[in-house]
Amino acid sequence: MTGKNSPSPHTSASAPADKPQETNDTKLYTIIVFSENLAGVLNSVTNVFTRRQLNIESLNVSASAYEHIHRYTITTYTDERTIRTLVKQLEKKIDVLHAQYFTNDEIFIMDQALYKIATAKLVENREISKAIRLHDGKIVEVNNTYAIVSKEGLPEETLALYEKLKGFDCLLQYVSSGVVAVTKSVREPLAEFLYLREEEKRAMEQPLDL
Amino acid sequence: MTQKITGAEILMKALLDEGVKTLFGYPGGAIMPVYDALYDYRDRLNHILVRHEQAAAHAAEGFARVSGQTGVCLVTSGPGATNTITGIADAMMDSTPIVVITGQVGTQMLGSDAFQECDVVDITQPITKWAYQIRSAKDVAWAVHRAFYIAGSGRPGPVVLDFAKNAQLELAEYVPGTIDFIRSYVPVPATAKSSIIQAADLINAAKRPLVLVGQGVELGNAVEELKSFLEKAGLPAGCTLHGLSALPSDHPLNVGMLGMHGSLGSNKKTQECDLLIAVGMRFDDRITGKLETYARQAKKIHFDIDPSEINKNVEVDVAVLGDCKKTLPAVTELLKATDHAEWRDSFREWDALEKERVIEPQIHPAEGPLRMGEVIRRVSELSQHKAVMVTDVGQNQMMAARYFRFSQKRSVVTSGGMGTMGYGLPAAIGATFGAPERTVCLFLGDGGLQMTIEELGTIMEQQAPVKIVLLNNNYLGNVRQWQQLFFRHRYSFTPMMNPDYEKIAEAYDIPARTVTDRAELDNAITEMLQTQGPFLLQAAVMEEDNVMPMCCPGHDVDDMILTSEELSH
Ligand SMILES: Cc1ncc(C[n+]2csc(CCOP(=O)(O)OP(=O)(O)O)c2C)c(N)n1
Ligand SMILES: [Mg+2]
Repeated sequence: MTGKNSPSPHTSASAPADKPQETNDTKLYTIIVFSENLAGVLNSVTNVFTRRQLNIESLNVSASAYEHIHRYTITTYTDERTIRTLVKQLEKKIDVLHAQYFTNDEIFIMDQALYKIATAKLVENREISKAIRLHDGKIVEVNNTYAIVSKEGLPEETLALYEKLKGFDCLLQYVSSGVVAVTKSVREPLAEFLYLREEEKRAMEQPLDL
Repeated sequence: MTQKITGAEILMKALLDEGVKTLFGYPGGAIMPVYDALYDYRDRLNHILVRHEQAAAHAAEGFARVSGQTGVCLVTSGPGATNTITGIADAMMDSTPIVVITGQVGTQMLGSDAFQECDVVDITQPITKWAYQIRSAKDVAWAVHRAFYIAGSGRPGPVVLDFAKNAQLELAEYVPGTIDFIRSYVPVPATAKSSIIQAADLINAAKRPLVLVGQGVELGNAVEELKSFLEKAGLPAGCTLHGLSALPSDHPLNVGMLGMHGSLGSNKKTQECDLLIAVGMRFDDRITGKLETYARQAKKIHFDIDPSEINKNVEVDVAVLGDCKKTLPAVTELLKATDHAEWRDSFREWDALEKERVIEPQIHPAEGPLRMGEVIRRVSELSQHKAVMVTDVGQNQMMAARYFRFSQKRSVVTSGGMGTMGYGLPAAIGATFGAPERTVCLFLGDGGLQMTIEELGTIMEQQAPVKIVLLNNNYLGNVRQWQQLFFRHRYSFTPMMNPDYEKIAEAYDIPARTVTDRAELDNAITEMLQTQGPFLLQAAVMEEDNVMPMCCPGHDVDDMILTSEELSH
């Protein structure tokens, strides 16, 4: 991930030239991981990437629909062969419940961005508010010094507004949440996994039918 | 209501409930409450005081490898904990079940750079199956039971329990219990019925099948199941370094060791077989040689308990996931009884060539200095091929793997994945505790012995009956061999001045003998084997000998040289 002082944003679509880009065999994968909510799991998840020096483009950790289960959305550029093994190595971690990788056409993704801009510039240059409107940004706060714009969308959309505002030289801060994603599949593998494990546990506890 | 006891004493009780009888350790400040509790449990828990914490971890590994039980070590925080890192990483690579209990400063002091504070959980997370910090006494029993369940189940491996000092001192109740289910952890993946059928179909259709036997067979306790599988369909089988004792060396279907210094036949035939059947092995680069050309002509089946091993290095046609103790018989059931006699016999011309050019000169040299091969083979013969073979790393290791013979399972104790010099001596100590009824023969080099030579102190104190065979060539021989072959004979820091090892042994009160003369070899080995307790036998072996045959790095697996001279052509 980009260092804290880096001026450039680090969404998936903004990889500078020295970062791995989409090539013939590398592309952007989104990995969705579910784990027990325990201290230290995040570290063991990122270990699987760092041991291969794979750059994590974005990482989002949040609660899942299930109690005590955390959901990680991670994006990285790599090749199919690597991602296949990597996901199995993630799943092998004791506290990881389920891990799966997706390409962009298999998931709905969303990114949330905030832009802090100088009020003086906003007032001075009418093109700025026009751009915000055109890009579907929402001004959520204005005071004498700054204004805050919020926008959600695909990573390339939040990035496009960033590029635009940067061009106006009005940006004080910019942050993007990194993508979150839900799958398009009709199956819910985590639910299936949890159900199966429940069944297995019940079978273990039941006295053997002889 | 049960009485409250300290977290340290709960640890003792939980260890006993897990069946632990032996632990290897070294005390220090942050683990003192545990050592104090241990004082009252000395009659039930045999604590072996090592001389360096690295050795505690390797001894636990050696114990686990021969016994099939989880090895335990106990060390203090900071440097005590970091000294075990090499052993933990070694156990991870070689799937060896150990539980390492490290002391830690009190939880209130965490993050303050307290004396001997070290973030052990973070350091060990990438090299363990599980690393956990015990922060309160009421967590102790749960953590210990979980640790043993994780270390020993599925594909085994190391677990670290970082035991904060306040948790050792706090009081809590001990409620006995066990853990055999963790929701997020599936130790044995489900076997697809279809994979069993597909595997059997491929084997039944194969004309030239070759089985690769890995340590998974012994870990899965499936030695008999493997034998029935091989015998029913007459399947020739090669073994990995860790798989060597999963199939008796003299079994008619055993075609020798695989890989870099393996048998000529098994490597040649890897490139000729029409079906490769891997059982509990992981296609390490020391086995496959150049991956891009490895057995391209063959269909492949992979039996494994770890789904992440499937298609990791080698793409396979059928993956049979699950416990090989169950999957092997299920496939065997569907096999046509046959013998592939002609195919099996086709290995023999390579065996004959290897025997004439490499093996005979190693084990029956007519003249010249002693050679490693003959020493190892005689030790094996004079112990009726029944001993446990422990090795260090280097030429001594590869020669031992090539020339020691096996008739019993769980007889190989060596550092394969990590290739850890210094592993041998402490692992052999551990093996004498894990298999007290067996003879334990250790082969090591002059380099490796000096890496953990302090353990002679442990051997002395415990009278651990390790038969130490020092194959002294006055070189870091394995590296010297590579320098000779690939770095134009430039021996950069591989010649080594050696101390008088007999004097060292004498200082530790360990009987010792040096043999330089072929005529004395048998007598010296017999003396070693007949002496009660430990013995150091130093063999002065040929200095610039090479392990052959060899598949040179980056070459196809069947491209093996028989002598170093061949390389210059
Ligand atoms: C801890 C460690 N350091 C370095 C090496 C690299 N290495 C592999 S074999 C070897 C030489 C071993 O020499 P010796 O113990 O005398 O055994 P020999 O090969 O001569 O039998 C070395 C330095 C290693 N495997 N492990
Ligand atoms: Mg040497």
